[in-house]
Amino acid sequence: MIEVISYLIFFLIICSFYVLSCLGLNIQYGYTGMFNVGVAGFFAIGAYTSALLTGPRYPDTVVGGFDLPIVVGWVAAIMVSGLAGMLVGLITLRLREDFLAISTFGIAISLQLVANNVDSLTRGPNGLYALPKPFAKVSDNPLIDNLLYLLLCLVLVAMVYLALERIVKSPWGRVLRSIREDEVAASAMGKNVFSFRLQAFVVGCAIMGLSGAMYANFMRFISPQDFMPIFTIQVLVMLVVGGKGNNLGAILGAIMIWTLWSASDSLISVMVTPDFQTQAAALRLITIGVVLVLMLIFRPAGLLPEKNTQS
Amino acid sequence: MIQFLIDGLVNGSIIALGAVGLSITYNVLRFANFAQGEVLAVGAYVSLALVSLMGVGIGRLGPISLGWPLLGSMVFSMLVTCLLVLGVDWVLFRVLRQKQASRITFIIAAFGVSMMVRNVITLIAGGDQLFYSFYIPKAIKIMEGVKILPDDLLILFITLISVISLHVFLNRSTMGKKMRAVAENPALAMVSGINVERVFKWSWILGASLAAVAGTLHAHITQLDPEMGFELILPMFAALVVGGVTSVYGAVLGGLLIGLSESFAVAGGGAAYRGAISFMILILVLVFRPQGILGEKERDD
Repeated sequence: MIEVISYLIFFLIICSFYVLSCLGLNIQYGYTGMFNVGVAGFFAIGAYTSALLTGPRYPDTVVGGFDLPIVVGWVAAIMVSGLAGMLVGLITLRLREDFLAISTFGIAISLQLVANNVDSLTRGPNGLYALPKPFAKVSDNPLIDNLLYLLLCLVLVAMVYLALERIVKSPWGRVLRSIREDEVAASAMGKNVFSFRLQAFVVGCAIMGLSGAMYANFMRFISPQDFMPIFTIQVLVMLVVGGKGNNLGAILGAIMIWTLWSASDSLISVMVTPDFQTQAAALRLITIGVVLVLMLIFRPAGLLPEKNTQS
Repeated sequence: MIQFLIDGLVNGSIIALGAVGLSITYNVLRFANFAQGEVLAVGAYVSLALVSLMGVGIGRLGPISLGWPLLGSMVFSMLVTCLLVLGVDWVLFRVLRQKQASRITFIIAAFGVSMMVRNVITLIAGGDQLFYSFYIPKAIKIMEGVKILPDDLLILFITLISVISLHVFLNRSTMGKKMRAVAENPALAMVSGINVERVFKWSWILGASLAAVAGTLHAHITQLDPEMGFELILPMFAALVVGGVTSVYGAVLGGLLIGLSESFAVAGGGAAYRGAISFMILILVLVFRPQGILGEKERDD
């Protein structure tokens, strides 16, 4: 029984990281119509920022190990990811939308290379370890620590959700949707399309950064393996399945897909002999691709479509 | 120095051939095809399948370590790759066109297809590295300190032939002219009586054939693995942007430039960052000359 509960807590904590990244992508793709192919990259920026600021001093790195409070690490993660998003946005958001997709894709790939190769900063594939975890000293029982961590995650998810709901329903959010629907009309109304796009993009990246930081301080260990392109695809499928342009849809999609993903994970490890694990994993990724494509063709609005707003 | 120049040109040729397909989909079908890398990979694997089926090795042509068996497989692979790409278009992209899906939907669909194809390859051929042959070709010394692989010369030759054929096709054939018309202005092309769907089909065929050649040649000088296409997509996009997205010749020029930069970066000791070189060049071009070297100012459509 205890195992089930502790697995459930673990599952929900990981799920909340996906929920946050999915909410971040939703403000970019769902509300403003900008596609970010580098979700994993911005997640990684948040994770490494927090890890470097809050982590211990390693004998083999040159920078980092500042041992700062976790709050500082997380706030910095939000800021650095937002800043990275701003840089990419400044360069590409004036151009055709394909350029944003290509550049964010490039960011994610390049960051992986940096994480893998700049040993003096990231320890390469060996990763950063022994990161501090919130509530780790509260009790001797890891179950209680994780439960507290889950509560923190839920509070943060709720805060982000409420804040996003508020801003997308505000005049600011209406401008974003009008840009998505008709850029020319929006700019004819005197809206600075570029500036609004940039703001929305930065907000989304900052949220992804926060989720990365929360991941780092929960797992207590990060390595480039954690930020593979598959993460981006997972978050994308979550949003498309749940319903882009609907924050509840984003949350629902994240929970559903993560549940299916974890379930198939357990299923594969139980049912499939080690010889066929590669094939089973491939089959699972093909399935998730088929789900994505079927949704795009038959139900592009997702399970919880965007509500018609009139004002 | 000359050594790196040759390496860069060979590598650049492959990127260029792949980027041509990217350029055609970008201008005619109007979206960034994130699955183009996988088209190269499919081309390479289909060649491998035929080479293995024939069971006579890859043959030889004088000093060149690949012969008619591999070249024949490559031609066969062009056909099969085209059919597969047309199949994906029919099932997916054609439907999205009918539904008048947004450009982002096309990009997402392509991104999904790229992941699926990678895993279908893993499923069929396994995740390990494979080779056409284990023969290691001998380099020929042409002057002090400079050795050339005869295979490299063949690759440069094939690239040259491909680019010339492409040029002739685009400028002399009716379909080529229609293709340019659709790229220029699809609505005008349609009212002029051009069957746009047919032009789309031929665009896929053109891009996929060149990609099959590029994939096979790339696999011949390196190896095959399911990730091979994914590793090439960023250099190909960089080539597209550097050369100028609106120009097919820009994609060729961009490919050669990216290949050379990668090669000189490796020479300068930055081998580990090879993949990031294209990204850095991409960003520099986007900042200082977003239309690329040969491109015109972006059409806003």
